[in-house]
Amino acid sequence: MVKKTLSNAYILIIMALLYAPIILIIVFSFANTSNFTFRHGFTLEAYRSIFNFPQTPYLLDALKNTLFIAVVSSVVSTIMGSVAAIGIYNLKQRPRRIVENINQMPIINSEIVMAVALMLFFITFKFPQGYVRLIIGHISFCTPYVVLSVMPRLIQMDPNVYEAALDLGASPVKALFKVIIPIIFPGIMSGFAMAFTLSMDDFIITQINKGTTTGIDTLSTYIYSSQHNARGLNPFWFAVFSIIIVVVLALLLIINLNKLIKRINKERKNEKSF
Amino acid sequence: MKSKIKKLLKNFRITRSAFSYPYILFMLIFVVLPLALILINAFMVDQRLSFGNFISLVQDRASLPTLLTSLLVGLVTTITCLVVGYPVAYILAKRKSGRIIALLFILPMWVNFLIRTLSTRAMFEALGIDLGMGTVIFGMVYNFIPFMILPLHTTLSNIDKSYIEAAQDLGASPSIVFLKATLPLSIPGIISGITMVFIPTISTFAISQLLGGIYLFGDSIYSKFNHGMYGVGSVMSLIMLVFVIISNVFISKVNKGGAARNLW
Repeated sequence: MVKKTLSNAYILIIMALLYAPIILIIVFSFANTSNFTFRHGFTLEAYRSIFNFPQTPYLLDALKNTLFIAVVSSVVSTIMGSVAAIGIYNLKQRPRRIVENINQMPIINSEIVMAVALMLFFITFKFPQGYVRLIIGHISFCTPYVVLSVMPRLIQMDPNVYEAALDLGASPVKALFKVIIPIIFPGIMSGFAMAFTLSMDDFIITQINKGTTTGIDTLSTYIYSSQHNARGLNPFWFAVFSIIIVVVLALLLIINLNKLIKRINKERKNEKSF
Repeated sequence: MKSKIKKLLKNFRITRSAFSYPYILFMLIFVVLPLALILINAFMVDQRLSFGNFISLVQDRASLPTLLTSLLVGLVTTITCLVVGYPVAYILAKRKSGRIIALLFILPMWVNFLIRTLSTRAMFEALGIDLGMGTVIFGMVYNFIPFMILPLHTTLSNIDKSYIEAAQDLGASPSIVFLKATLPLSIPGIISGITMVFIPTISTFAISQLLGGIYLFGDSIYSKFNHGMYGVGSVMSLIMLVFVIISNVFISKVNKGGAARNLW
């Protein structure tokens, strides 16, 4: 009993430490102070300041860029990755293993090395600065995750289903669209969600490949460039960070709600059967 | 033309592996070739093959201390993550609801690390704590501990319970059971955890700079490239690559099934 309380307390403490910065930022965004006190009591002043803060237009611009890059690169990587997964699945064993290893490269390699390698590549072959570099960069680290999330679906799929469709007279193309794609569709969707979040969240590859003269900033690079030399955090940023945190966590919850409910139900069933 | 397309469609079953070719081409151009360029650049000075970049790295007064600081910060962070994270994973593995609580441990990771790091810095500043080595290590542990907890949790919850029961039946005390059965069986998870914390810590960019003005290996790779020193920067990237390759060989040797790789 004592042991259980102790271990619960330990988990709670670590969890509290992990969530402290996020939660405190949200709580004190209603205080309109920089030093984590409720000197002015509860107020929405920090949120009101967003409407006339001098940095707001730049922030909105950065948000637009972030969304644009995320949409383009996640759509391209979802299509390319899903098609590639079907292809890789049908490769012979030896080439398949090689391709799967190449696929792992951007995932296991440290991001900074991938970023400077891309920068060197773009400079060597004189790619135009700006969106092209950023989108290519984002596609290159998002697609492997799409492949990885589609692959298990293909492996689980009964190959006879596809053969049956062909035997029943479906053309291979029809069988692809009516049999294979519906089966792997959940994998495609979770790959897309993953690619989109990874692209939105990226900082290192964007920061290094955005170029200094283009003036393109995404949310993360804008936050970095306006804050990395600053002391203290303006209440404005408390409000902005809180909005971003809440939006990200809400989106995550919505995307994973189905999975989570299924998992909880399963766990409950397991508990009952014991 | 039409008959050609028809023929192509007919052969579709055999050529389905061709679906992977565009992606393979893309990866060769935008992932493999850039890395090859790093390798070439590391051995090039003024378009001639030489070890000059390695020599200037060793002679550079700032680079070697940066490497040593990075290794130190990486080591302390990894040990702290292991010591703090192992009990968490151990407790969660024993609970039936552990998997869901483990998800709660990764949830904050989805908030951009810059936002979390800047929030942490604002907290330190409000508390009057001086930014320095201590705050850097706190920030690193805070950022990377989920990478330690997750593989550990996977390995610990996959341990066959009959080993533990057998040890208990044979009269081992709880601490002996842990030392002689649970701990050795969880070594694959420990090793994945260690490499998944250590490599990102030394190669991370911006965290240490924001939390204590300390430049680690990742920051100095960036500043070398930013100042046009591509040769030396490439050598440093190459060193980082060697770290990554060694750790991955290590991981794949330890868990042949490759279970604990699944982060997301």
